[in-house]
Amino acid sequence: MFDYLQYVRQENFPHIWCAGCGDGIVLKALIRTMDKLGLSQDETVMVSGIGCSSRTPGYVDINTLHTTHGRAIAFATGVKIANPDLNVIVVTGDGDATAIGGNHFIHAARRNIDLTVLLYNNYIYGMTGGQCSPTTPRGANASTAQHGNLEPAFNISGLAIAAGASFVARGDAYHVKKLETLIGKALQKKGFSLVEVVSPCPTAFGRRNKMASPVKMMEQLRDTVVSVEKWEKMTGEERKGRFRTGILRDIEKPEFTAEYAKLIEKMRPEE
Amino acid sequence: MAGEQSASKKPAVITVNTNWCKGCEICVAFCPKDCLEMEGGKCRVARPDDCIKCMLCELRCPDFAITVE
Amino acid sequence: MSNDRPGKVRMMQGNQACAEGAIAAGCRFFAGYPITPSSEIAENLSVMLPRLGGKFIQMEDEMAAMGAIIGAALTGQKSLTATSGPGFSLKQETKGYASMAEVPCVIVNVMRGGPSTGMPTLPAQMDVQQARWGAHGDRGVIALTAKSAQETYEQTIRAFNLAERYMTPVILLIDEITGHTTEKVIIPDASDIEIVHRKKPDKDPENYLPYRFTDDCIPTLAPFGTGYRYNVTGLCHNETGFPTNDSNEIQCLIERLTRKIEIYEDDIIRNNELMLEDAEIGVFAYGSVARTAQAAVRICREEGIKAGLLEPTVLWPFPTKAVLAMAQKVRAIVVPELNLGQMAREVSLASQCSVPVHKLGRVDGSPIPPQQLVEKIREVV
Ligand code: SF4
Ligand code: SF4
Ligand code: SF4
Repeated sequence: MFDYLQYVRQENFPHIWCAGCGDGIVLKALIRTMDKLGLSQDETVMVSGIGCSSRTPGYVDINTLHTTHGRAIAFATGVKIANPDLNVIVVTGDGDATAIGGNHFIHAARRNIDLTVLLYNNYIYGMTGGQCSPTTPRGANASTAQHGNLEPAFNISGLAIAAGASFVARGDAYHVKKLETLIGKALQKKGFSLVEVVSPCPTAFGRRNKMASPVKMMEQLRDTVVSVEKWEKMTGEERKGRFRTGILRDIEKPEFTAEYAKLIEKMRPEE
Repeated sequence: MAGEQSASKKPAVITVNTNWCKGCEICVAFCPKDCLEMEGGKCRVARPDDCIKCMLCELRCPDFAITVE
Repeated sequence: MSNDRPGKVRMMQGNQACAEGAIAAGCRFFAGYPITPSSEIAENLSVMLPRLGGKFIQMEDEMAAMGAIIGAALTGQKSLTATSGPGFSLKQETKGYASMAEVPCVIVNVMRGGPSTGMPTLPAQMDVQQARWGAHGDRGVIALTAKSAQETYEQTIRAFNLAERYMTPVILLIDEITGHTTEKVIIPDASDIEIVHRKKPDKDPENYLPYRFTDDCIPTLAPFGTGYRYNVTGLCHNETGFPTNDSNEIQCLIERLTRKIEIYEDDIIRNNELMLEDAEIGVFAYGSVARTAQAAVRICREEGIKAGLLEPTVLWPFPTKAVLAMAQKVRAIVVPELNLGQMAREVSLASQCSVPVHKLGRVDGSPIPPQQLVEKIREVV
């Protein structure tokens, strides 16, 4: 048994997420990882935007900052630059980070600032009732795409890699042990790190897309996820309808706050 | 079945916090030993003796509602 | 700030004076986005801050800059952003967040002509109502103004002090003329400058409530990383900082956000007066237009017209009492401003329609010359 209670704000439970929502599953993986790495609760800050996943800060007993729609990474950038000793974790969603907050997302990746972004990708705007998001698959049903979504979806991890992130991984809410490993690597990375977590939203996405129950959605993850290693060996035909999880990028490059510290050192008047 | 309790000799103590359980059935559906059941919209521990302490139910419960000791 | 002792005399632009004032106030974090006519504030601070161990960042857009200064402020830093009309519009939502979460920070708006892209290099005062009502939702707002580089320096320091004291974003509205005019600034000795720091928690983390209802209406937000773990949100929240749906708690919070500025109005509001005691015509002017008004009032007096000037250095909260007092003395009030009557409207309200209020609005990007105001005063007489 893992003792989550020392990390959560019990007074706020049961949480607001729907039955079977992946958000709670991911939060638990994060907590276990924080515990494993011995992250100090006093020195860790969680910043979120708006949306279902962005309600996470209310439940974790660390410094928490629930901001405005799309701006979590901007606020987090201020926190991190002002006090680089803090571990800064951003919790956000597909709409929050890649629609209204897309600019902050790509620029934080480009800047390679040491934030760990946990992006819950559930293909939909859950909190506002199931409108299509930048990751809603083409053809899928959403409350604002009731004839089927006409738009192609963002590949969020690909976007982060293209923008310059030093660590990018994709995990999912079914394979929780693997998710833990990925979050751990991201937290330890000095640089902009993204873990895109494919997470079920049974209420707003599942019901509209022939996955009426949380179990159905989890089964779908079980059956469609392949590891990056296996993916490499698959043919285009085999890849159809599946997606890969694992580490998609892990490189070393200058990190912003470290570079800034060097600038301050250089500017220091000589004794 | 007893021989499969490899993780520990002690029998599993599975606890469900029914105040937090939202009845999503994830724990029930993916328990490899079929130890759990749904009852009145909540998870119920039906066959604790079969439990192999794989911890999957605890790991995947979105509501922090089930623990295995 | 006391000016008894002479300080160092320097020549600088209003925008540079703003940067100098920020540093003097203890600001060690700036986030901004390039926009005319405010960019010199960022440029100056990009040089000054790293030398002092402070942080400067050019963000990807205006909202990001506003978010970043709030984040930095929550770690305990005094934080600044600077912008102009269009950027000020973009910042409104996040500025509203700072009001709601009660995070101290300073936003400088070097006003230019609008609406929209308007007149990027020409002065205006078209954002004075936006400063008050720009973001959605009810809340108290503090907005200062300045008419010279010297005042910009002093008002920047005051903006930080008020932000820290009342735990709120504070806006400084100057305009393109003030921002870009190079003139003499007396920089006082650091020991002569009053510096305010936000309250520190007087309870241990166990008994700490960030938004505790206290008589002074001011919350105590411990810097992140100091052992006080709490939640900050833009949702309606209770004393703990967690979201609430309790109607009582919500009513208390929103009323307090307005009341916490209202009850300190007498401490916040400051006005300058010129020959107002025996005035028959009152002039209400602020920012760079106050310089015009000073000259115009003197010309009028030479001509035998008893004009006087009420010059607020704080636009919000609005100096209602001073305007009413003036209205009870004079026969008419003239409000020259670089907009079409945004503050004249407030003056009418504050004077309770006891005297006629005449607008003199200029919106072509030119300053109002003293002669134009003198003519208006003559016309009113
Ligand atoms: S709407 Fe979807 S994402 Fe939001 S809490 Fe419910 S299941 Fe989770
Ligand atoms: S620990 Fe494994 S075997 Fe035991 S009840 Fe949970 S899922 Fe079933
Ligand atoms: S996974 Fe958790 S919430 Fe879902 S039924 Fe089981 S105990 Fe209840």
